[in-house]
Order: sequence, then structure tokens, then C-alpha cells
Amino acid sequence: MSLFNIFAISSSAMAAQSTRLNTVASNIANADSTPVPGGQVYRSKQVVFQATALGAADGPAGVEVASIVESSTPPRSIFNPGHPQADGEGYVQMPNVNVVEEMVNMMSAARSYQTNVEIMNTAKTMLLKTLTLGQ
Amino acid sequence: MVKGLDEMMRVQVEALRLRSYRQEVLAANLANADTPNYKAVDFDFGTALRDATDVRPGARPGTAQGPQLLYRTPAQLALDGNSVEADAERAKMADNAVRYEASLRVLTAKIKTMLSAIQG
Repeated sequence: MSLFNIFAISSSAMAAQSTRLNTVASNIANADSTPVPGGQVYRSKQVVFQATALGAADGPAGVEVASIVESSTPPRSIFNPGHPQADGEGYVQMPNVNVVEEMVNMMSAARSYQTNVEIMNTAKTMLLKTLTLGQ
Repeated sequence: MVKGLDEMMRVQVEALRLRSYRQEVLAANLANADTPNYKAVDFDFGTALRDATDVRPGARPGTAQGPQLLYRTPAQLALDGNSVEADAERAKMADNAVRYEASLRVLTAKIKTMLSAIQG
């Protein structure tokens, strides 16, 4: 029960949001990757957040990345018979990354990260003001 | 008549303690703004302060036990079960930070008052 806990809470959220941003980067970077011959097509990765108690079980909670799951939506089949990895019918398996969704994810993660930075700044200001108590 | 320095400052000290705890609770809500099924919590500052500064005989003011956290009723629940409304939390946080500083200033003023009484 102290303002210093805010640093722990906000930094846990910042770490979680940057993990999310990392998966977004990975998904967008691989949005058009075809599988290596004989390999699996890239599947979009999504983070799963979970509240985690930092002190008392019923007190204020931080965030952690519980797991990173691969999206189960089927891969996109693109008709491109000239592609070296096209199957017998001329279809190429493309990753199930939804670029629009990922952009939204990116914006949301960036905003949340920013909010947590501001909360940390507020807590810092409050602590510094407390240090001048009585002066 | 002031009974003692502790007595004189107690309300402000408890207020500061509760304000900083509330700031922490609000920070946790905002940290979990994207966590599925997280429910935003808060506590009633007035009730908590009254409980903490209860001077009736037998009451134990300012015990280590924190105030009871209650779930907030959201205006709109998110599809993933999250009930944090970032804008409302942010506003409450700003409000809380200002009130924290107000308590600090009152406490500083009290300290100065006492200092001038001591030093003449």
C-alpha cells in the first residue's frame, strides 16, 4: 500500500503491452510469408493478458501475458498457379493474418503503453511532492 | 486545543494514505484496461476515511487492513467482459492526484503552524 506499487503495476502493464506490440510486428511482417517447402504456413499470434496479484490477493493487480496463442482461423488460399509453392490445383496457402486487425491492435497497444507511462509520471510527481512535505 | 502532534495530523495522514492507495487501485484498473474479464474496482474514500479516523472508544483507527474494494458499475461492458472505462479512470486519477496534493499542502500548513508556535 504505497505509491511505489504503482511503478510495479504500470511497468507490468508496459511489459505486457510491448509483448503485444512484438506479436503485432511479427504478424504484420509475416502477413505475406509463404511456408518453406514442406513446412507449416505462418499463423497469426495473439497474446492473452491476465491480471496478476502483486501483493495481497484481493488488492490492486498488475498484468501478465498468460500465453501467446496461434489464431485458429484457416489460412487464406490464394489462386496463384505460377507460384513455386502452389498445390496441385494452383492454390497457395497464405498466413491467416488480418492486417487491419493487427493495425488496430498496434494502435491500442501503443495507447495503453502511453497511458501507463503517464500514470508512472503522475506517481513520480506525487512522490516528489511528498518529499517536500513540511518545507 | 491540540492534544498532540499525532492527533493533530492524523486526519491528513490517513487521507494521504488512502489517497495513495486509491491512486494505486486506479493505476491497476488502467493497467488492466485490455485484460479480458477484468472488473474495475474502487473504494469510497469518504467511508474509508471515516473508518480510519474513528475515535470512538474501542475503535482501532488506521489499522493496517485496507478499505474494502468494490466493483465499479460500468456504463457499457466490453465484449471481452472487461469493465474498465479508461477515460473515466483517467479522470478519477487526475482528481485523486490533485486531492492528494491538497492534503499534502494542508499537512504542510499544519506543520508550519506548529513550527511557528514552537519557535515563536
